[in-house]
Amino acid sequence: MAMARQSLLHRLPPVSVMIAFLILAVMLVLVIFAPMIAPMDPRDVSSYSLMDMEIPPAFMDGGDPRFLLGTDNQGRDLVSVILFGLRISVLIGIGAVLFAAALGVMLGLVAGYFGGVVDSVVMRIADVLVSFPTILVALLISGIARAQLGTDMVLTWAPVILIFAISVNEWVQYARTVRASTMVEVSRDYVRAAKVIGLPSGRIMVRHILPNVMSSVMVIATINLAGAILTEATLSFLGAGMPPTYPSLGTLIRIGNQFLFSGLWWIAVMPAAVLVILVLAVNVVGDYLRDRFNPKLMAR
Amino acid sequence: MTKTKPPVLDIRNLRVEYPLATGDVLVAVKDIDLVIQPGEIHALVGESGAGKTTVGNALMGLLQAPGKIVSGSIDIAGKPIDLRTGRTEGIVPGRDVGAIFQDPMTSLNPLFTVQDQLCEGMLTHLKISAREARARALDLMKAVGIPEPERRLGSYPHQLSGGQRQRVVIATALACDPQLIVADEPTTALDVSVQAQILKLIRDLADQRGVGVLLVTHNMGVVAEIADRVTIMQNGAVVESGPAREVLTAPKAPYARTLIAAVPPIDTRLERLPVPSEETKVTLEARDAVRRNNKKGNAERSDEVVLDVRNLCVEYGKGSLIPGRKTSVFKAVKSVSFNVKRGEIFGLVGESGCGKTTVANTIAGLVTQSSGDIDFQGNSLGGHRARSVRQSLQMVFQDPYSALNPRLRINNAIAEPILFYKLASNGAEARQDAKTLLEAVGLPGDAGLRFAHAFSGGQRQRIAIARALGPRPSMLICDEPTSALDVSVQAQLLNLLKDLRDLAGLSMLFISHDLAVIRQMCDRIAVMKSGEIVELADTETLFTAPKHDYTRELLRLAPSLERILERERASA
Repeated sequence: MAMARQSLLHRLPPVSVMIAFLILAVMLVLVIFAPMIAPMDPRDVSSYSLMDMEIPPAFMDGGDPRFLLGTDNQGRDLVSVILFGLRISVLIGIGAVLFAAALGVMLGLVAGYFGGVVDSVVMRIADVLVSFPTILVALLISGIARAQLGTDMVLTWAPVILIFAISVNEWVQYARTVRASTMVEVSRDYVRAAKVIGLPSGRIMVRHILPNVMSSVMVIATINLAGAILTEATLSFLGAGMPPTYPSLGTLIRIGNQFLFSGLWWIAVMPAAVLVILVLAVNVVGDYLRDRFNPKLMAR
Repeated sequence: MTKTKPPVLDIRNLRVEYPLATGDVLVAVKDIDLVIQPGEIHALVGESGAGKTTVGNALMGLLQAPGKIVSGSIDIAGKPIDLRTGRTEGIVPGRDVGAIFQDPMTSLNPLFTVQDQLCEGMLTHLKISAREARARALDLMKAVGIPEPERRLGSYPHQLSGGQRQRVVIATALACDPQLIVADEPTTALDVSVQAQILKLIRDLADQRGVGVLLVTHNMGVVAEIADRVTIMQNGAVVESGPAREVLTAPKAPYARTLIAAVPPIDTRLERLPVPSEETKVTLEARDAVRRNNKKGNAERSDEVVLDVRNLCVEYGKGSLIPGRKTSVFKAVKSVSFNVKRGEIFGLVGESGCGKTTVANTIAGLVTQSSGDIDFQGNSLGGHRARSVRQSLQMVFQDPYSALNPRLRINNAIAEPILFYKLASNGAEARQDAKTLLEAVGLPGDAGLRFAHAFSGGQRQRIAIARALGPRPSMLICDEPTSALDVSVQAQLLNLLKDLRDLAGLSMLFISHDLAVIRQMCDRIAVMKSGEIVELADTETLFTAPKHDYTRELLRLAPSLERILERERASA
């Protein structure tokens, strides 16, 4: 045990994990500096022209060196569209994870700390929520939002609606984990000591218990990030997500899907490939972190 | 018992090493010799980290990687062990060497019935039929004295009491007629009355079956009670070895002398336990500062009642499906009344499950009583308490390893209550107070910059005490503060608590299952049994003239060095 832990902590991560880390780092840089890196702004109609539509990638016959990955049916440069799409996908993924984690950690702490009625109520709500499929709930929420807000508002608020729609179900996992760890910590003497000292409950939860339950939250968050990005892509693909004027990777794949069988494969395949690489990299890193912070290896 | 038989265990020059990640080597066992004859109980004594458990593991082939036997020889019943594999040709662990572990709660598989547990080893090792195995299992159950052995064979571990479980563990160890039993702290997790029975059982097994026993323990009373020979270890090396009487009464090595002197005697009360004093100039100055701070609220010792508990009842209920409603009710504390005077140390003693910790938790406010009154300095304590009450009532817990938040630096942990009660105007000042408190409890002042994991059990308990002193309480509740610690550390802590009582004018509620510790610490004592106080008296009265049968029983069963020597002198 001691040996295994020692070596796991001191050894460098495996090559696959290093590559995944590298990919994520590069993607992060691209996403942050997208407006500077992208050859054109896909949201600015004047920057592209229908003259350039449906040009194949530069390495194929009939390719244009200006458009490395070709153009779509509106003449937009695919590199630029994908960069901005990636940006939105990552933004919504991270946003959804953060929102779900914040909500789940808070409710889990409260449920685990107070127990009794509070615990029953919170956890029963959680049970009911997870019995609906995530996609179904998300479709429902974006549907309602569309009906209530009107098209213009939806265009501006689409990312926020998506973040909310995705996290409505995701927080349950954080809440359950945090609740379980909180119950363990509450029975420990340092928490009892804090109670005897007379500290208020909120302070005990935030200052004493929270730091001791965070490591499992971090691991779940990393693993769920891939799931959240995929859910967003699915919703956008189904047409309930980001609009074509402000596309995410999922929207791009949906647009490309219409041309897939007319020989214009790159419009769908290029964003899909980026999505696959992104999710794969996040998953590899997430799995590594999970093993590395495995409580069974961390114990003692 | 014949002289021709080879010794059941013969260890020569055994050296066990653990390579460390840093490239260094930790020598866990340094060239020790140890011989056990058939029918002999050999006690291996030492403080935690002395290497006594490593010896037991080495001879059973249970050394955990990367630990390995580097040199020396182990002969079990005349057959040498293969040092590379840790196994002995012709000797099967489980058949020829039986093991009894410390915790009967975890050493039985919860999904096996007692019969499965007992027969598993026999069926594997002895090549006998299931019917024969069952018959033997029944014999074993009778031999270890479990009531209703027939019925108990079909029981699962959770249906047995702690003592019965340990008996089953012993029966399992005996199942294949071993020549040697390794008992690693076999009674540490048990109450005194059960401990006495188990010790007698082990002694009888050695006498009647001629089994050799390696008894690993830290309890000198247990050693005095049943061991023939004793070996004292320190830092992996043997310090002294010889017949138990000789070593215990006239230890030669200085370390052996300190170790034995640190054992609190049950028959006399000492002003201080004889361990090296830790009163350096820094400690004394710090204690002076603490005394000055505490002067305001706390007067000298007097007959004034600080804490008055009247007819306290606490019930625990299992929650039903409807939240807030309780179905079955367990009465943990039944109408308990006592009071604590200013500057007094009041002891609560009893076996596990008697409700003493529940009383402490109720007074501390971790549990709310179902009926009865608690009066603390004129305030009635119930579910809600005033800030000043919370501040003056602090607690030290049993387990030093969970008592400190692993993510908080020590000085922040101690400074937190000081700041919370506005006893310091800013963080820097509070940390300065924390430093003083650390010095007062005998730790270096810069210890506060580190995290809890950098400290040993005894040091952590000192930190917990410093934290409890931070809010300048007038009463300290100590729930088994030393039961997880080694004797010499325990002695230091008991001295420390006495010193703090004197200098801070604290009243204390001191809870322990250890009568010797209670005798050293307390002015008055209440003996609890199944939720009730059966006897309450002055310490001297209680120990010299106990009135209640249960108190007498507890006193009789507590293993004690002096008591045994006295008995021997009387019979001689």
